[in-house]
Formats: sequence, structure tokens, C-alpha cells
Amino acid sequence: MSAQAPSAPDGGAPAGGAEREPTTDELLVEPVLTIYERSREGRRAFAAPALDVPARPLDELLPPALRRAAPARLPEVSEPELVRHYNGISKRNFDLDSGFYPLGSCTMKHNPKLHERVAALPGNARLHPLQDPRRAQGALELMWNLQETLAEIAGLPYVSLQPSAGSHGELAGVLLTRAYHEDRGERRTKVLTPDTAHGTNPATVTMAGYEVVKVGTAPDGGVDLDDLRAKADDQVACLMLTNPNTLGLFDANIAEIARIVHGVGATLYYDGANLNAIMGITRPGDMGFDIVHFNLHKSFTQPHGGGGPGAGPIAVSERIEPFLPRPQVVRREPADGGPPSFDLDHERPKSIGKLRGFQGNYGVFVRSYAYIRSLGAAGLREASETAVLNANYLLALLKRAGVAEHLPVAYDRVCMHEFVLSGAPMRRELGIRTLDLAKRLLDFKVHPPTVYFPLLVDEALLVEPTETETKETLERFAAIVAAILREAADDPEIARQAPSTTLVRRLDEAKAAKQPVIRQPL
Amino acid sequence: MTVYTSATDADRRAMLDAIGVASVDELFADVPPALRLGRPLALPDGMAEQEVYEHLRELAARNVSAEDEISFLGAGMYDHYVPALIDSILQRSEFLTPYTPYQPEVSQGGLQAMFEYQTAISELTGLPVSNASVYEGPSAVGAAAYLAKLANGRARVLVSRGVHPHSRETLRTLAAGTGQEIVEVPLRDGVTDPDALAAALGDGADVNALILQQPNFLGAVEDLEPLAAAAHGVGALAICACDPIPLGILRTPGECGIDVAVGEGQTLGNRLDFGGPSFGFFAATEAHLRRMPGRIAGETKDADGRRGFVLTLQTREQHIRREKATSNICTSQALNALAGVIYLSWLGRRGLVELGELLVQRTAYARDALAAIDGIAPLHEQPVVRELALELDVPDVARVVERCAAEGVNPGYPLARDYPEHPGGLLVALTERRTREQIDRLTDVLARAVAAERSGAETPAGVGA
Repeated sequence: MSAQAPSAPDGGAPAGGAEREPTTDELLVEPVLTIYERSREGRRAFAAPALDVPARPLDELLPPALRRAAPARLPEVSEPELVRHYNGISKRNFDLDSGFYPLGSCTMKHNPKLHERVAALPGNARLHPLQDPRRAQGALELMWNLQETLAEIAGLPYVSLQPSAGSHGELAGVLLTRAYHEDRGERRTKVLTPDTAHGTNPATVTMAGYEVVKVGTAPDGGVDLDDLRAKADDQVACLMLTNPNTLGLFDANIAEIARIVHGVGATLYYDGANLNAIMGITRPGDMGFDIVHFNLHKSFTQPHGGGGPGAGPIAVSERIEPFLPRPQVVRREPADGGPPSFDLDHERPKSIGKLRGFQGNYGVFVRSYAYIRSLGAAGLREASETAVLNANYLLALLKRAGVAEHLPVAYDRVCMHEFVLSGAPMRRELGIRTLDLAKRLLDFKVHPPTVYFPLLVDEALLVEPTETETKETLERFAAIVAAILREAADDPEIARQAPSTTLVRRLDEAKAAKQPVIRQPL
Repeated sequence: MTVYTSATDADRRAMLDAIGVASVDELFADVPPALRLGRPLALPDGMAEQEVYEHLRELAARNVSAEDEISFLGAGMYDHYVPALIDSILQRSEFLTPYTPYQPEVSQGGLQAMFEYQTAISELTGLPVSNASVYEGPSAVGAAAYLAKLANGRARVLVSRGVHPHSRETLRTLAAGTGQEIVEVPLRDGVTDPDALAAALGDGADVNALILQQPNFLGAVEDLEPLAAAAHGVGALAICACDPIPLGILRTPGECGIDVAVGEGQTLGNRLDFGGPSFGFFAATEAHLRRMPGRIAGETKDADGRRGFVLTLQTREQHIRREKATSNICTSQALNALAGVIYLSWLGRRGLVELGELLVQRTAYARDALAAIDGIAPLHEQPVVRELALELDVPDVARVVERCAAEGVNPGYPLARDYPEHPGGLLVALTERRTREQIDRLTDVLARAVAAERSGAETPAGVGA
């Protein structure tokens, strides 16, 4: 944007508060400064509480040999400066509360404001994780209720809330698979993942000590059953699958897939990234999955925070249950018929153990539980139905607007909550790439869809509108895409050079990787 | 219609017409009838916002939080004061609601915050390279062990018994996948036993890494340098899990020769939240830059030469490298790490030192006062910063804790479950919120509780209800 002031030469003012008279030109622009560059010796935002115990010589308490030579060079700023700095840089972010965010596979649905309020209640926010369970009954009941709810949604009876994110849930799931097989005296070596899988799936498989074997995709976008049959043998520990898959398609052969996988004694793992399409409609457990992870920061509205926090609870079948991580939240019914109580069960002899500290991202559980209680059974189903309706409507709009010629849907079927377009014809005929389209969308104050994923589709654009968007928003998006394509037919250079209205234009990622500057020089 | 969706009946009809189907059900035609749920989920009906608030408020009221009692619980998470400006900034939708910054042109705020955070962690640890966050403390220890496996491929990981029990258990869990063998090195006089370490290292040819904690789980400050040197002596990595607040005054991991420093970031401006979300930090020497897990922000220029920030070195990551990635991590803890860098900027260069020194003084005061109680002795004599371990001469520490809790004081974390060799152990933690008056109150309550247990008096009723 032309109004944006350029940063000071060589990356801003001198660091660490070194004093130099600024030139008049420098005073007239507001440069992009880091908090370190705003630092001036002697300023402070923090006042320490008074020392109320008799002071003793520090050397006596902590020998100099154990102490650091010089203080950490943290910024020295006043409170107003600190607030203004972070408010200022926040405005350099696009966010879901400000505009459409159809980022495929990420389920950017509205984050209700109530959730922030209930998560911040002191009984939640200041509850220590090692508090005696008898004095954390509200928290444990909430976790129990959430476990029961997720079990019902998954159609699998047992839940652990412990994993911190989807990929952490995947790791839990594959380690559970390993524990299950080893408990039966089997050492299997391979895990199958479709070639459409999220990158976290193969990365997880490696971390869990298995070899990744890719399964192909059939012309209709589902798992290639012949390829699966050929690769499913007694060395396969697990098949990891997303259904609907990353193409946004429901794999109607799922029962047969489960038969093949179970036929060789392997487990079937459900990557819950796309659960938002099917809540209350069909359940992974009923499809034959043994292990499911949920992304509470996708289907269950934990705000994404610019890259977390999330939570990745897992639901499992009866045969996997003995291996669940420790501790488990349990409900105890007293013999005298009194009210139930809740506890943490640390004594689980076959457990894979802990994947992290304490009980998991409880603050995330509070928000997702509030969401589930707000919606109830009917509301969750409506959310999924509307997500699928919105996706199909948007797809229809894009076809109608004449976009399909240059940006065809990769698999022309009814989609679930998201769909994949291919920018290959657009690239060939209009001379702009999917990346260019994405960048041009930024000029219209729309966050682009996911680009270049799934890998299977050339110049892929993965669009997930979610249920919380209005019909009008979808119509505007379709109109914008159509306009960008028309514009490209006239002058592809506009998209190639986009964005032009953002605070910065395209950034030199090659330079960043070749000569990494990953901290402020001080 | 829920309040979070906006498709009216008229909208739905128009949308279905445009799609060319008669009903929403038709959109689910690919779901085989046998796999349809065919009934409503067995969940309670939805509720209005006011009702949900009341339900959640009632649940929260059944917890005894640090708001309700004088709490000396620590053992990995600590009741520090979170300044009001963090609440205010973290609630800005521009930080709260975006996804991971995949489109840097419209994510400069989040990316710059990551860059500033990485700088702060690098300063704190004395190591040149920091990532943008991992999940939390113990899984960060696990991630460091994975880096060690990528670095030298050896099989045996030595871990001090002074490392948090949750971290040690996480290491064992992950070792099922990595094939690493986890071997514990015992403590002597409260710190990692150098002789036992030497014995465990042996000729060291198969030793992958040595993992330490600073201060260790029993609150003792470890002399890291000779321990790190012993690990390096056999070509193993030296890894240390650190409490970041004491790092403001302690010799840095970098100065001590540590290769990878990780830790739990909760104390940096994050709430207790019953254990999460918080964040884990992950810093290392330059040599390990391309083995780091997770996101890393870097500075660059835009097409007009303006300063900007991007996610960089992404060829390490799962979405590019897939099964050859250095980690599977995707969503991490960006918002919590943002709280971390704001908190460190709030403390500032001098504040972090002042806070650390205040903790040292108050902890020393508490240690003297508590160790003077009849029936209580210090569990070790090592220097401490913010946490101290006591040995109570009573049959059951849990009963002492109950007696104190009945008087509104949570005296700390009993060690017996994690350290059966210390059946009378009690770990007492301080923050700047624990005043001298509260320490005196703890001393009084704990003295009476221990005396009562030693005289065999009945446990007071009503605890916990």
C-alpha cells in the first residue's frame, strides 16, 4: 500500500537503545521496528514487589559461578510503548474476525466470544494442574463430559484428551497401534498412507518407527482398492486415512477398506482434520476406524492463535483402550448411591505412558466443551450440514460464473465441506499460477484458500468455506475469483505482481532461507 | 438454526436450487446408508449463551484455584502474576483468530512476534537459534531427544533423575517409536551424581545424549558445565530443560556448553489453566539449525525492498519433507509464545533479574523458616532459586497436605509417587505472588500439621469436598 511507510534503511533504528540523532526524514516516517529497536536504557514496564524478607548477600545464596555473566538483553520499554507496539503489529495481521478465511483443511469457523470468558474464569485459569483431584472436581467433570461427548461423536467408546494438537494425536495413535501389536507379540514394520494425506501423517509414521508406504488414489478420488489390496500384508501395522479425504470427497468404499485393513490384522486410523463434514451424520467408529484424532482447533472452535494452541484428543475402540496415555479421567460411582466423583487414573499398566506434562490443554477443552453445549446434538449436525451446503453452493457459484474453464474442480462430484480446484488450465491459458490467484485475493481482503495441497492435484486450490459464512460472503468470493480471472485474461501481470494493497508485497523467501536471520542482532 | 450459522430456510432453498439438488441429504449421497447414524447424537440439547455460561461458571466454582487458597504448588507450573496488558493484547482478534501465517503479506504481525520471541529465547538461553514454539515442556524434552537421534543416530539416552518425571515418562513413551534406550542417572545430595554419570557414560560409544534439568525437579541448581563436558567427552549431545524465570540470573545453557535448551514456557505470561495451553521453547547451537522442529520466522525483504518476515527453513517441515521431516509438528502454541515475548518485554532487561533475585531471597527465607520446624529437614543443601524440597518425618505426607488445605494453604507437591526414595518429600514452590506474610502462614500451618501427624491426631474432616 502506498500509504505504508518504508522501514528505516538496514532494518530500522539501532538496536538496544544505542543513541543516534535521527534525521528529519527518519522522523517523518513510521518505520517497522521490533520491540528491541524501541528499547531505550532505563525505561521499564515492570515494578517488582517490595522485598519483604531480610535481604541476604546474593553470593551466599547463589554462588557467582552459577550465575550468568550478563543479563539477557531484553527490551527496556514503558507500558504505553509496549501496548502500542503489540497493538501496532497486530494490525499487520489478517484475521478471521475481520474477513473470509476459506483455508482448506483448517476449518476456520467463527470462534464464539463466550469461550474466552469462560476459559478465563479464575476457577479455570488459576487452577494448578497438580491440585488434588478432590479439589478440582469441576475441571475433571468437564473433561469427563468432553470425553463422553467426543466418544459419542466418534462412535468409539474411549477418549484421551492428552495430545496437544492433531499431529500429536496422530503420534499417540500410531504409538497405540504399536503397543497393540506388540502386546500381541507382533512386530510390524509398515504404515500405509494415501498419496493425498496431510504431511503430518508420513512424518508421524517415521517418528513412531515405521516405514511409510503410499497408497494410490483411484480416478474417482477415493482410495485405489487394488493398490491397497496389493500393499496390505501382515507387515502393515496401520492405515491412516481422512474421510472425507483431503480432496473433500467422502470415500464410499470405506467399509471395504476397513475389511481389507482388518483382514491383515492392521488398525485403521482416522485423521480428524475433516470431521467438520460429518458430525452427527456418520461416525468413524461405525465406518470401522479403531483410532480417531480430533482437532479441537478446527471442528470445535478453539481460536487458532496464529499457529496454536490447539488440542488433539483421541478416541479409540475397546481393543486399543488398555494402551491409552496416562492419566485418564475416570468417573467413580460411590457404593452408597451418592453423587459421582471424578479422578485421575495413573495406574494403567499397559499404557503407552505420557505424551506431555499434566492432563492436556485444558483451556482448549473448556472452549470446545462450551461450544458443544451451545450447539447440542442438533446444532452439531446442522453445523456439518451447513458446512457441506456452503461448500457445494460455492462450488456451484464458481461453475456458474464461468470460472470452471480455467479453474476446474479436480474431481467433479458432490463435495463434502471442502473442494479442490486445479489451476493448471489457468496457468496454461491465462499465464497465472495458483499462487498468483492467492496473492491477488489478498487485495480483495479475502484470505486465500490452501494452495498446492493436496499434492496430487496440479496447481491445487483447496477451498473450505465452513458453516459460519453467509450466502452473501460466498457469492462475493465467487465474484472476486471470476473477476481475477477476467483481469488475468487482459493483463496477467496484475496477479503476478499481487498483492499491491497490502502492507508488504511478496517477500523474498529464498533470501530468508539462504541467509537465515532468525533473531534480532543486538 | 444455530446462532453461529446464518443460512435461513430461504437461503437453503436458494442454495440447494443453485447446486441442483432437492435436499441437504442428497449432498451426503456418498455416505452409504448402512454407515449413516440414523438417529440424533446422544448429547444434551443446545443451550443459550447465558445458560452455557452458568453451567461453566458452576463447574469452575467447584475447583479450588490459586485464587481461593495460598498455593505453594509448583513442580513444573507456577502461579506467577500475568500482567493485564497480556490479557488485553492476546484478546485482540488479529492475534487470537488467524491461522498459522501461510500468507506472509497479511501475517506480518504474527511473524514479527515470532521473530521477537525467538530473539528473547535466544537471549534467555544463551543459544543462537530458537524456533517459534513447541507444545509444552515435557514434549519439548522429547523433541530434543528426537533431534539428538537425527544428529548422531546413537541408541542410548541418559537422563538425570532430576529431570521432571513427566519429561522422563514422555521420553520413554516416544522411545517406543525411536528405538532409543532411556537410562536414568541418579541424584546424589540433590543433584545429578557425576560419578554415576561417568559410570553410565562408560566408553560412551553408543550414548546419544545426556538430558538434564535446570533447576532440577527438586529445586536444586545444577552445575551444568562439567556435566555437559562429560557428555561431549563421548560425542553425545548435552540437552537441558530449563525453567525460564531462573534463567534470568543463572549461568545460561549456552555458557555451560549445552547444545539444546528446552523448557516449559508457562511461567512467561501464561495462566495455569490446569496444565495448558502453555508453550514449550526450543533453542540450540547453530549446528542444529536445520534439525530444529517446528516453525521458524526469519527476516527478509519484500519486492520493494521493505522489511518483512516469513516462515523460513521450511524444508525441515512435515508439509514439505513429509516422512523425512525433522518433526511432525504443525499447529503449535503461537498465541502462548506471544504471551511469552510480551511478558519478557514487560519484565525487561532489569526486571527479569529483579524478579529472579526476589525469588532467591524469598525462597531462602522460606527454606530457613520451614527447615526450622520440628520434624522437617531440607531434602538437600544445594542452592535453589524458586523451589525447595523438604523431608517430612511423618508417616504420610498426603495427610499433612490435607490438614494444611483445610486451613486454606496448599503446602506443595508430595514427592512420594515420583520419588519413592523420598517418602517424606514435599516440594514447595514460590513466585513473586507469595509474600512473606503467606510464607509465615505456611510455616505456622505446616508446623501444626506436622506436629499433629507426629502425635497421631485424627485427620480433619471435610477436606476436598
